[in-house]
Amino acid sequence: MRGLAVFISDIRNCKSKEAEIKRINKELANIRSKFKGDKTLDGYQKKKYVCKLLFIFLLGHDIDFGHMEAVNLLSSNKYTEKQIGYLFISVLISASSDLMKLVIQCIRNDLVSRNPIHITLALQCVANIGSREMAESLSIDIPSLLVSGDTIDSVKQSAALTLLRLLRTAPELQMGEWTSRIIHLLNDQHMGVVTSAASLIEALVKKNPEEYKGCVSLAVSRLSRIVTSSYTDLQDYTYYFVPAPWLSVKLLRLLQNYPPPEDPSVRTRLTECLETILNKAQEPPKSKKVQHSNAKNAVLFEAINLIIHMDSDPNLLVRACNQLGQFLQHKETNLRYLALESMCLLATSEFSHEAVKKHQDTVITALKTERDVSVRQRAVDLLYAMCDRTNAEEIVGEMLEYLETADYSIREEMVLKVAILAEKYAVDYTWYVDVILNLIRIAGDYVSEEVWYRVIQIVINRDDVQGYAAKTVFEALQAPACHENMVKVGGYILGEFGNLIAGDPRSSPIVQFQLLHSKYHLCSPSTRGLLLSTYIKFINLFPEIKPQIQEILGSKNNMRNPDVELQQRSIEYLQLSSKATADVLATVLEEMPPFPERESSILAKLKKKKPSSVAETAIETTKEHKAMPAAQINSDGQPTLQISSPSSAGSADLLGLDIGGMSAPVDSSSSGGGGQSASDLLVDILGGPVPGGIGGGVGVGTTNGLDSSGLTVGAEENFLKFITKLNGVLYENDLLQIGVKAEYRQNLGRVGLFYGNKTSFQFTQFTTSISCPGQLSTQINVTEKPVDTVMEGGAQVQQMYNIECISEFTEAPILNISFISSGSNQKLHLKLPVSINRFMEATEMNADSFFTRWKALSQPEQECQKIFKATSSQDTELTKAKILGFGSSVLEGIDPNPDNFVSAGVIHTRNQQTGVLIRLEPNKQVEMYRLTVRSTKGSVAQTICEFLETQF
Amino acid sequence: MQFMLLFSRQGKLRLQKWFVAHTDKVKKKITRELVTLVLGRKPKMCSFLEWKDLKVVYKRYASLYFCCAIEPEDNELLTLEIIHRYVELLDKYFGSVCELDIIFNFEKAYFMLDEFLLGGEVQETSKKNVLKAIAAQDLLQEEETPQGFFDDHGLG
Repeated sequence: MRGLAVFISDIRNCKSKEAEIKRINKELANIRSKFKGDKTLDGYQKKKYVCKLLFIFLLGHDIDFGHMEAVNLLSSNKYTEKQIGYLFISVLISASSDLMKLVIQCIRNDLVSRNPIHITLALQCVANIGSREMAESLSIDIPSLLVSGDTIDSVKQSAALTLLRLLRTAPELQMGEWTSRIIHLLNDQHMGVVTSAASLIEALVKKNPEEYKGCVSLAVSRLSRIVTSSYTDLQDYTYYFVPAPWLSVKLLRLLQNYPPPEDPSVRTRLTECLETILNKAQEPPKSKKVQHSNAKNAVLFEAINLIIHMDSDPNLLVRACNQLGQFLQHKETNLRYLALESMCLLATSEFSHEAVKKHQDTVITALKTERDVSVRQRAVDLLYAMCDRTNAEEIVGEMLEYLETADYSIREEMVLKVAILAEKYAVDYTWYVDVILNLIRIAGDYVSEEVWYRVIQIVINRDDVQGYAAKTVFEALQAPACHENMVKVGGYILGEFGNLIAGDPRSSPIVQFQLLHSKYHLCSPSTRGLLLSTYIKFINLFPEIKPQIQEILGSKNNMRNPDVELQQRSIEYLQLSSKATADVLATVLEEMPPFPERESSILAKLKKKKPSSVAETAIETTKEHKAMPAAQINSDGQPTLQISSPSSAGSADLLGLDIGGMSAPVDSSSSGGGGQSASDLLVDILGGPVPGGIGGGVGVGTTNGLDSSGLTVGAEENFLKFITKLNGVLYENDLLQIGVKAEYRQNLGRVGLFYGNKTSFQFTQFTTSISCPGQLSTQINVTEKPVDTVMEGGAQVQQMYNIECISEFTEAPILNISFISSGSNQKLHLKLPVSINRFMEATEMNADSFFTRWKALSQPEQECQKIFKATSSQDTELTKAKILGFGSSVLEGIDPNPDNFVSAGVIHTRNQQTGVLIRLEPNKQVEMYRLTVRSTKGSVAQTICEFLETQF
Repeated sequence: MQFMLLFSRQGKLRLQKWFVAHTDKVKKKITRELVTLVLGRKPKMCSFLEWKDLKVVYKRYASLYFCCAIEPEDNELLTLEIIHRYVELLDKYFGSVCELDIIFNFEKAYFMLDEFLLGGEVQETSKKNVLKAIAAQDLLQEEETPQGFFDDHGLG
């Protein structure tokens, strides 16, 4: 078409946009007149003009005529005319055009024409437009082409992919009963047909996996034939020495729609294929061309995707991970990018998580040195995915450091990720507070409301971190320039907990107030509103600075502020502070109660922002923590004044004990080592190694085993260990470790249980309950805080029990635990380590009073005596330690025989105190003891005696 | 694959192939965005980037950029080789293809693409088979065209 060529060079010769438009308009006028003219154009001319119009359209100009002429070309019997007609239609006609009916009629004519090249053109047109109308009108014609015996291969190929396109447009389309035969196309002799059919089959499988299940074994055997063929076998389907890479990848993708094959022989064959692909990756390249390595690695990555999808073969997963590890340092940027991306998935598999972690340093280096931000982004994603309790501090530290120089495009996402990791893996909440404040300091503009809401919520819910948080925000606010988000967090926290640091003259009430108020004028109205609330809370916390605060509230600037919210707060707070009595103020301005548990809104935000990057494992993350107060804190970020009943704060501090050490499960000083495993950490909290004997008899498979009393095997022995100590391991098997830390005062006790998930996967439906057999329910009160039903792999969860001793008791409460681990139901029945001696306070007395009391308790029922053989060392110091651990005193110089031990204590119940006197006489020659216990209550003497007998 | 774009270093679009339906307005907007994005990237950078919900794979051959948008689960490396195989097909057909060949014979470039990819999926990976199909088309064209003297003389 010479005319077309001339026209194109004219356009190219145009010096300016205007000249081009002028030339085009001239051409359009010419074509329009030709089409309108009386002289009928022959097919060739029509084709030429239609082609010119197409060219003009592709240059970016609008075309509003010529469609009819193009449709006319479709019915030409000359191939080239038809071909240009179809091209024009494919590119230019919209699916809603009036001409579509006509077009579909022409297509149908060509489809039934029996002329393969016409059929192909028609199919290509359908595949290019793929409208719903086409899907509905041609849903019979096209499938029959695909399965008919006399269709030539190239038409089958086009028919398969055309059908695929129509299925995408109209997934609900029913296309007859041909579908069952379609999977057998995977066996077709013609590789091109298999290649096309594999895509169609995958689409069908996605719709209905069950119906096409038979394709699994066909795909595996086809794949096996390809990967074991030499590159000469497949002739033109070998691409740069790689046999049929496109088909291989399609087959590997098809298999990702199914679980690992059930049939062992198919499964073995598939494993062999995957191993062969991994082996080939280690072979020297057959060509230096990048096409060779790309095609080879394309198959490798798809194989790795399948390995990850099946997630069942640790060997393959670890090999895949090692292979990707090599790519992390490859000179090709593309490979480094893909390796980082694939590793993210491997990090979520329990089998390869540890293997991925080996590459942490390389990934951190990538984060720091990659020149392409999209690669650095992948490194961030991978660090996020590989993070767990063991490496959280290091990874979060590196991410914070990188954040200082990070590209603006990824900062917000990084901030969210750091915030989530810090919360999810915090063992020490002071660290969490530090991380979040650092985030605000480094990237304050990118710290969204969710993030700073969250830190406040956590500080409010965790009383062990409140003092630290107050001190830290106070220090942060002293920076000459600090971010407004810091002012918000600082204002809120000091308003709640400023009293905790007010004892230090450097952060006395007036200093705190002046520091906050120095930021006031630089802040937006919403932050000022928050600060006003802080000020009124200060009036309650620090009555001594009331005049200074009232002066600010009453200043003209506030009382007549144009912002109505600020004005109202100033006036109302001023009135409140001057009218209300101290009691009313204290009630109205009481500390915020704990926030209810909810999913982290930060995580929700990350999911929304980047659904793909929140790996499956991360999704269930933070349930064990408290979630954000979206409803509790006003949507504009202002703290509400919480009027709460006095009891809400009281219950947690029933005993007024300092439980700081108990709330933070791991002492910060011992959590520094990045290499510690989760179980090491669990041991650490107990201050020493787990005694060898514990759980020793409770191996795999016996976790559900019960002894004759209905308790889990070992429960009784483990309970007895706690007769003489407060802290230790109550129970341990391969899945779970339960640690205990307890405190008692008078008739009240608080027992903290630390459940440690020793596996790397989740426990679900984790529930605990307490049952008090027999009379016990009237003798003691046990109240527990429920635990979250999901426990992450490696996680440790704490549960507090408050116990009140109403009257003396002998039995122990039963702790029932049930959960699901890896699909199997686990049940444990243990004795909660609570015994009557725990409510005993040691009593000091001299010999006179001891013997006076001893003699006073001379009724037979007031004494219990036992003579028994020693079961452990009779070492004096050890025995002394056990008696002290039991809860009674060791009274020196009372018994005339220095080898004997005498001891006294008082048991506190709700309404009564019961004295207990103890005498233990060891006979080291025969390794025997005589134990005598006297008490005002015979039953108490009996119980104490029985407990003590087990300990020596 | 959702679409493939060919554009020059100056940002002129030379070929566009859409495997999903978009309005012209959307197509133009996407094209503008991607051309700017890809032209802004430095050599040696990664050939893959995330773009909206899709992945973009691009490669430069002389003055032309080939740029494909693929689904998240599609294989990036193999998409690079789809581009390469298409370049090879053009090269073989035109004999050392250059941008001008594609400008002047744009319809051939489209026809060839239809043989190679259909509905966004690879249809025929054998170079021989694709070229055979195109050669058959050319043969028909020669038979059909009345190489008339009254061929438009460049004025048609």
